[in-house]
Amino acid sequence: MGNEVINIVSGVIVEEGESVSFSSLCRYCSVPAEQVISMVDQGIIEPIESQVKSTYWQFSGGSIIRVQEAIRLQRDLGVNLPGTALALELLDEVKALRQQVSSLQRDC
Amino acid sequence: MGIKKDAPQDEIKRAYRKLARKYHPDVSKEKDSEERFKEVGEAYEVLKDPEKRAAYDQLGANWKAGQNGFQPPPDWDSGFEFHGGEFTGGGENGAGFSDFFSSLFGQRAGGFQGTHQAQHTQGEDSRAKVFIDLEDAYHGASRSLSLRSTVLGKDGRPEVQTRTLNIKIPKGVKEGQNIRLKGQGSPSVAGGKAGDLYLKIEFNPHSIYKVEGSDVSLELSISPWEAVLGAKVKVPTPAGKIDLKIPLGASSGKRMRLKGRGIPAKIAGDFFITLEIVLPDKLSDKEKSLYEALQKEAGSFNPRAKLGV
Repeated sequence: MGNEVINIVSGVIVEEGESVSFSSLCRYCSVPAEQVISMVDQGIIEPIESQVKSTYWQFSGGSIIRVQEAIRLQRDLGVNLPGTALALELLDEVKALRQQVSSLQRDC
Repeated sequence: MGIKKDAPQDEIKRAYRKLARKYHPDVSKEKDSEERFKEVGEAYEVLKDPEKRAAYDQLGANWKAGQNGFQPPPDWDSGFEFHGGEFTGGGENGAGFSDFFSSLFGQRAGGFQGTHQAQHTQGEDSRAKVFIDLEDAYHGASRSLSLRSTVLGKDGRPEVQTRTLNIKIPKGVKEGQNIRLKGQGSPSVAGGKAGDLYLKIEFNPHSIYKVEGSDVSLELSISPWEAVLGAKVKVPTPAGKIDLKIPLGASSGKRMRLKGRGIPAKIAGDFFITLEIVLPDKLSDKEKSLYEALQKEAGSFNPRAKLGV
């Protein structure tokens, strides 16, 4: 069992980072362009400006996380793409509700 | 997986699917979901194949009796790192299977599936959750993180490697955000670049503050006379104590906003203070008589006028 200590590393907050291009998004998430396009079609992610041609699309940093999450759900649970979109939306809602519940609980 | 040893294969499949949904790290709110998810995946990898199932039954039993010099399984409760691909049906490599399991069946039973091969020159991305305090988001912090991953050793056999990473949590991070550490994911199997490590930030619950996105709020108790006469009071904030002017005639529930004193994110959040009037536990006779005098003096005030009574 090797145990090596590495010096302090710092990273970037993905969600606050600069926007990413279509091709960088594919690279970050190791997915083919077609898959990203179909996720845009399902509304899982949205390009910052959707009017331009897809090759010029730019995405927010948070889209990287969203795409990765979508891939994991599809791969690990065998959900299809519309199902993934639904699951992600419901998960967002659950998260918001849980936050509300916990803030209400602390008021009592 | 909570099923009987002689359970039929389709029962195993159903139990697996149910548990996979329950413990999937993107779905579950449970703290140890990553580990549980991995365990369930491993269990199913064995159980779905009758031959492996037999092997595991036998060797697993031996291991429990402490025979054959089997290495104990790693401590599944510590170390947060988990990989996306260690799962049945995924076309990734087997990094992430526990030691015990890997030594039984080698690196990812089933092997590669064609679809992902093109991307395999780069190592896989890894993920981990990091719990920080609200104060850390205000000031930035450093954390030491132990990550375990399964790598192919020199002799071609998988071995578990523990790495300790000292990471800097940047100032201004919000709950649920992710930090990317470039090149700190799994090393590449094919000699390419290592993957990235993604850290998901979660906040420990705080005893006095509530956090919503980048806004932070606090309930501030004040006395009846502070509420009536106005006052200057000390208020704690995650960045340190500040002086706050309570305006004259402040009612309970009044909300005050200190702009830009929330989490110092790219767009800084606000700090909200909700006033709450509290009474002393006990009143002296003198205090009581003063209240009675006040009652006589302000007798015409009806706080329930809006309710029509």
